[in-house]
Amino acid sequence: MANGTTTVNEKSFYQQSTNKYSGILSWLLTTDHKRIGIMYGVTILFFFLVGVILGVLMRLELMAPGKTIVDAQTYNSLFTLHGVIMIFLFIIPGLPAIFGNFFLPIQIGARDVAFPRLNLLSYYIYVAGALLALLAVILPGGAIDTGWTFYIPYSIRSNTNVSLPLLAAFVLGFSSILTGLNFITTVHRMRAPGMTFFKMPLFVWATYATAWIQIIATPVIGITIVLVILERLFGVGIFDPALGGDPILFQHLFWIYSHPAVYIMILPAMGVVSEIIPTFARRTIFGYKAIAISSLAIAFVGYLVWAHHMFTSGMSDTARWIFSLLTFIVALPSGVKIFNWVATMYKGSIDPKPPFLWVMSFIFLFSIGGLTGLVLGSLATDIHVHDTYFVVAHFHFVMFGGTGTIFFAAIHYWFPKMFGRLYNDKLATLGVLGFFIGFMLLYFPKFIMGYMGMPRRYYDYLPEFASLQLISTIGSWVLAATIFFIVGYLIHALFKGPKAGSNPWGGVTLEWHIQSPPTMENFKEIPKITHEPYDFSQLKEMKNEYS
Amino acid sequence: MHEENSKHNHHIGYGTYVLVWLALLAFTSITVTVAGVSLGEYTLFVALSIAAIKSALVINIFMHIKFDEKIFKVFLLISGFTLLVIFILTFFDFIYR
Amino acid sequence: MNIHNESAAVHHHVHRDDIGAKMGMWLFLFTELLLFGGLFLVYAVYRYQHTEQFHLAAMELNTGIGTLNTVILLTSSLTVALSIAALQKGNKFLSILMLSLTLVFAFMFMINKYFEWSAKFSHGIYPGSDELLSLPNGQILFFGLYYVMTGLHGLHVLIGIIILSTILVMIIKNKITFDNYAKLENSGLYWHLVDLIWIFLFPLFYLIQ
Repeated sequence: MANGTTTVNEKSFYQQSTNKYSGILSWLLTTDHKRIGIMYGVTILFFFLVGVILGVLMRLELMAPGKTIVDAQTYNSLFTLHGVIMIFLFIIPGLPAIFGNFFLPIQIGARDVAFPRLNLLSYYIYVAGALLALLAVILPGGAIDTGWTFYIPYSIRSNTNVSLPLLAAFVLGFSSILTGLNFITTVHRMRAPGMTFFKMPLFVWATYATAWIQIIATPVIGITIVLVILERLFGVGIFDPALGGDPILFQHLFWIYSHPAVYIMILPAMGVVSEIIPTFARRTIFGYKAIAISSLAIAFVGYLVWAHHMFTSGMSDTARWIFSLLTFIVALPSGVKIFNWVATMYKGSIDPKPPFLWVMSFIFLFSIGGLTGLVLGSLATDIHVHDTYFVVAHFHFVMFGGTGTIFFAAIHYWFPKMFGRLYNDKLATLGVLGFFIGFMLLYFPKFIMGYMGMPRRYYDYLPEFASLQLISTIGSWVLAATIFFIVGYLIHALFKGPKAGSNPWGGVTLEWHIQSPPTMENFKEIPKITHEPYDFSQLKEMKNEYS
Repeated sequence: MHEENSKHNHHIGYGTYVLVWLALLAFTSITVTVAGVSLGEYTLFVALSIAAIKSALVINIFMHIKFDEKIFKVFLLISGFTLLVIFILTFFDFIYR
Repeated sequence: MNIHNESAAVHHHVHRDDIGAKMGMWLFLFTELLLFGGLFLVYAVYRYQHTEQFHLAAMELNTGIGTLNTVILLTSSLTVALSIAALQKGNKFLSILMLSLTLVFAFMFMINKYFEWSAKFSHGIYPGSDELLSLPNGQILFFGLYYVMTGLHGLHVLIGIIILSTILVMIIKNKITFDNYAKLENSGLYWHLVDLIWIFLFPLFYLIQ
């Protein structure tokens, strides 16, 4: 240790309260972005595991043709709840709410977000939304069975509890909006001196772009949901075809949000990848500005392509070819990212630690998801595979193989910083491997089944699909077991893991300059930023200061 | 920080506000009058143009955006442009059905 | 070494940034813009599909009440702007007066809206009524949109009344003063937005005969 001013031994944010309470209330009423991030983490992980269990049950039902464990109506509710929980409760808030909250302020050298109390409020709005969604399952009438897309006219005819989950989605959207609003203001107003926009880490860039989508797209689903609820309650007629309403207009409004929402899910993940690759390749990121700008480009292009979800809905032909054409534009900024990541690794001294392995797994799975997206984006081929397992496989590769994988990568990358403990590298490597094998077993057969014509959301299927369905179900066991295994060793590490230093991976962004876990104020003094974000020449001086 | 909080204001006088209000009332009476005249296909265009002028007055003067941080204007343009794009793309479906 | 004690930690989050607060408010207003934007899109599509029926249905609406409400809202926008200007100049009395007038106008708007809606109801025109269902689809859609859009706007007026009343109390209690008026300014922005939405609702519903 070169000098005595190190902060390593100061009280961490776990030991200090932002309010006058101690114990549980010091958490529930906290305005600290790190504590709120952890609270989101616990809640979101819980719902993720619920979603996983629902998914395993679905696969169990589909293990063999005919009825296996549940009846058809329950199966409809299972896939709807699986979708609603995974999308609205896990994958949309997952990365921004947990890691955005925890690391965005630190990475720009701030003590907190711009509106700390609003931040806590968004957490409780999230919880309220989640409870509403669960309430709808318990109440008489039965769990929602429309599929997570709530398509009209079935969603206004179904006798199950549809309004309540819709209201839940509305409330969750509100939480998402407030988080986005907070992050944008934070990035504009709270950057440390010297932290220009082009010195911000790429995770911040990605979260910033995401926040814009959260703000501009979410209100559209909000109003759409309100209209469906009003339609169910009062028969207003806006979407009801019997009264002149147009179900396809509903689909437009739904996808005007839900397509950009795909980028709410994937952009922060891409940001995490841009953090992990330089750290473990020990090289500055290749094409920093291109990656930063491509995040904004993806956010914007995301608004131009929504109707590619509706090629078989009965839109005009003109709209169909225009949206098909526009869809291919998305490949450009995504391609920019992939090429720059690969170029960053080229001639790097790669250290294949678990977070890096997760990222490798991501690049592989996400590329398959992306390339099969081209099949779906092309008008002619889409009509063949639309609403089949091919689509299911595609979006699980993109969302779960993409964002889901990076969710685990982010946990493994930032775990030492957030909790000050190290996990076992060997177990973690085993975790990546098990996840990858389970994932491929579970979802790859769906591409084949979809291509053969197996429709999505069906309760039963023809005997020729039996063997592939069985493989897929076995994959679900491997995957689910691995996920619980990962959660298991992480919880073990939380209590029994060896203490982590301030910089176990040799990262250079600001979070690695401060102690693990950070103090309540993050920085004793707000740092002055002089280095580029991924300038590894800092590492030497950092080692002197923080061993 | 405190100096920044108090210095950023460009104060607008009462008179300006009252003038803008009068202009808004004038445009309201124009749009009501014009609605009585049959302009055929231009009716909607005229009504929306007047509404756009009125909202420009409200946004610029009442809402101060003309005198506030430039970035707010950029934000507004981003949001407005996105909305416009959504409208245009949606109508590619309905016009060509 | 600087020792941080508990009380220092308690206060470290409190930092005043008026521009930041205003930025947050504007971002929120954009979400409102997009929320109503979705409704205007629905309106645009159905008006495009049912142009004639929309014209016929709009005959039912009372242009007089619509115009009156427009004038009321525009004036309330003026008074809230004047209230801010007065407080900036340190004239607390005028600020309170103007804000109270804003509230009066807001109530007048809602009272008019109440009479307008109840007149429709007494004619049997409300969502799901037999009278309405006997009309052609285009007219059902027009009235559906009429109720949803003016209803949602009215809800915003009500929320505005709650916000502005709170602000009024804070001014009276000197919680909002001539050198710390970000909350008043932001509530004003919200109120202007309510006005802005009406500026478009008015010609689209009341002036298309």
